[in-house]
Amino acid sequence: MRVALFVTCINDTLYPDTGRAVITLLERLGVEVGFPAEQSCCGQPQFNTGYRHLTEPLVHRFDRAFADYDYVVTPSASCAAMVRDNYPRIAAKAEAEGRAGRELARAAASAVPKTYELTEFLTDVLKVTDVGAYYPHTVTYHPTCHGLRMLGLGDRPRRLLERVRGLELRELPGAEECCGFGGTFAVKNPAVSAAMGADKARAVLETGAEAVCTVDNSCLMHIGGTLRRQGAAARPVHIAEILAATEADAREPSRARATEGSPR
Amino acid sequence: MSGTYLGMPAFPAAAASSTQDARLRGNLRHATHTIRDKRAKAVAELDDWARLRAAGAAVKDRTLRHLDHYLEQLEESVTAAGGQVHWAADAAEANAIVARLVRETGEREVVKVKSMATQETGLNRALAEAGISAYETDLAELIVQLGDDLPSHILVPAIHRNRGEIRDIFREQMARWGRPAPDDLSDAPAALAEAARLHLREKFLTAKVGISGANFMVADTGTLVVVESEGNGRMCLTLPETLISVVGIEKVVPTWQDLEIFLQLLPRSSTAERMNPYTSMWTGTTDGDGPRTFHLVLLDNGRTDTLADTVGRQALRCIRCSACLNVCPVYERAGGHAYGSAYPGPIGAILTPQLRGTASELDASLPYASSLCGACYEVCPVAIDIPEVLVHLRERVVQGGRVTRRGVKTVLKPAKGHAAERAAMRAAGFAFDHPGALRAGQRLAARTRRLHPRRLPGPGRAWTDTRDLPPVPAESFRDWWRRTRGEERAK
Ligand code: SF4
Repeated sequence: MRVALFVTCINDTLYPDTGRAVITLLERLGVEVGFPAEQSCCGQPQFNTGYRHLTEPLVHRFDRAFADYDYVVTPSASCAAMVRDNYPRIAAKAEAEGRAGRELARAAASAVPKTYELTEFLTDVLKVTDVGAYYPHTVTYHPTCHGLRMLGLGDRPRRLLERVRGLELRELPGAEECCGFGGTFAVKNPAVSAAMGADKARAVLETGAEAVCTVDNSCLMHIGGTLRRQGAAARPVHIAEILAATEADAREPSRARATEGSPR
Repeated sequence: MSGTYLGMPAFPAAAASSTQDARLRGNLRHATHTIRDKRAKAVAELDDWARLRAAGAAVKDRTLRHLDHYLEQLEESVTAAGGQVHWAADAAEANAIVARLVRETGEREVVKVKSMATQETGLNRALAEAGISAYETDLAELIVQLGDDLPSHILVPAIHRNRGEIRDIFREQMARWGRPAPDDLSDAPAALAEAARLHLREKFLTAKVGISGANFMVADTGTLVVVESEGNGRMCLTLPETLISVVGIEKVVPTWQDLEIFLQLLPRSSTAERMNPYTSMWTGTTDGDGPRTFHLVLLDNGRTDTLADTVGRQALRCIRCSACLNVCPVYERAGGHAYGSAYPGPIGAILTPQLRGTASELDASLPYASSLCGACYEVCPVAIDIPEVLVHLRERVVQGGRVTRRGVKTVLKPAKGHAAERAAMRAAGFAFDHPGALRAGQRLAARTRRLHPRRLPGPGRAWTDTRDLPPVPAESFRDWWRRTRGEERAK
């Protein structure tokens, strides 16, 4: 089983801890993980803002970067959804417009079946729910829109969290409501985005949990940035970092954050 | 509100002011959350909901593909049943036809059943200009009309008002239109309903002309259908001597058997009822029963152009249940007026820019009035993939593209004001396709990380007004990987 990490551009640039956590976690579970350096962005920001044609080279790039692997695992539900839902759409439209031949369709078709969001990969491919994690904190889980509705993750993340020793899961009120990030939506409609973020932050604080976790750092950046501005104590943490944590980390907190500065 | 959507600001500006209105947000939050919870329960009662939904979408798609055929069949059936059919290419033509028909009766007053089509065409204003008073008889439409306001929801046009506000409007405005509200009117729902009933009864008993829309038109019998909760529609459909129904051409269904599907999908999705209290059906005219004259005005107003777009046309499946509005987090915060059209919320964001085009700043901003969370698609009883159409229309706004306008294929230029964004997207596209450039950018960001502000100037300021940016880490993931593991070994 050849497995590659698709770290995604936002994690690569802003949240490298999340990528490292995926490596730590998968290697602990006995999976050898590769990181092909030609990978870059899935194209979601361009696609969702109306620049579909700019995503076509990225479909090819994705295909090339991961051609040698059986599985592509990503700690981002929205990027996994981009590949699985939109790559075939992009190829079909380009072909209909006469701008691409079968090559793009072939690239999309090879990317779709092997791309997995992290919690899917753990539960569906590795078939584990107890990943041997230890995280002695109260945590609330926000199911992001793309994870919930485009990928249909269902209770996979919760099943994993429930088996983390020391972790107490708190129910998030209005969990299924969008946090208001929406990529460029946050910039194009800042007032509405901020109002949604404020309501989400309030719901997080209502749980009294120490941390809020999601399967996507982009949503977490929005929720975390709002919480931080309010001076709230609850901190954002990606589910990969929870699942990667062990008792050794708890004894020696510096080990969990290998490099300087946790990037939130 | 001045009674018109014309000249409204683009969505982000309108929404920015409505999010500041605490009372509006409270009213909307309460109303939409109540109805969305009820809808979920009503839908969960049917174990074949997913199949009903697929059937509804399929019937609509098939009918739309052969729309010309079904409309001709409908015209024949309506005419055979004693009605007259008129074709209106746009709003102005529809309004002119209705004004002429009313004038020919010699009347100056009409009663109206709540209708989205006449909201879309701005009929009331056009009639007023022709010297004809149109009275809205739906309770919520009455509130909107008395308050010189605009509807803000498809099903509950006065959703932005609470009981206290409604009482004040009744007290201050009813006398201007007819029977005044009682002096001691309270804000109890029953008292408000009674005041409206007494006020409206006078209108019903004197009106000689009624104007309605329709939820469905059945092609093979020429039957029109209105579903409603209050019974005011039924009064308008039966008491006047002349009935004029203005209906969008996409409302046709082939047979009564098809109707069966929608009469299950619609009430559960809209009012969360198993069946709506009133389902009125009318077919032409019948001696000694109901109106003696019946006119059907078939409204195009951008619909055949919409039909020409293979992705966007799914918006024409819409049965106006308003479920998508009630689950939409953006609608909940922005309110219906911000969408600047008779169709607010997610469906408005995809329907309006197709019916009206994307030439105005407001219409070009509508496809962006969504975080693409997908809640609207999930609840839509006819499975309109609203996020898909939103992204499709965004493409049209920023890149231009081929569209059909008034039946003629044209090529749209990109909307103004996206040049900087286009450049940024291209630059990002370049970096993403050249990992060397991407890595250089990341390294530069990491080296200058201590200089990065938590709050941004310029267009980014809106983001950092309420949120902190994450700090840039000292090392990107790809640099960490290379430092600790070396270049990826070829497999
Ligand atoms: S788009 Fe769907 S959910 Fe929205 S009003 Fe139309 S039918 Fe209802």
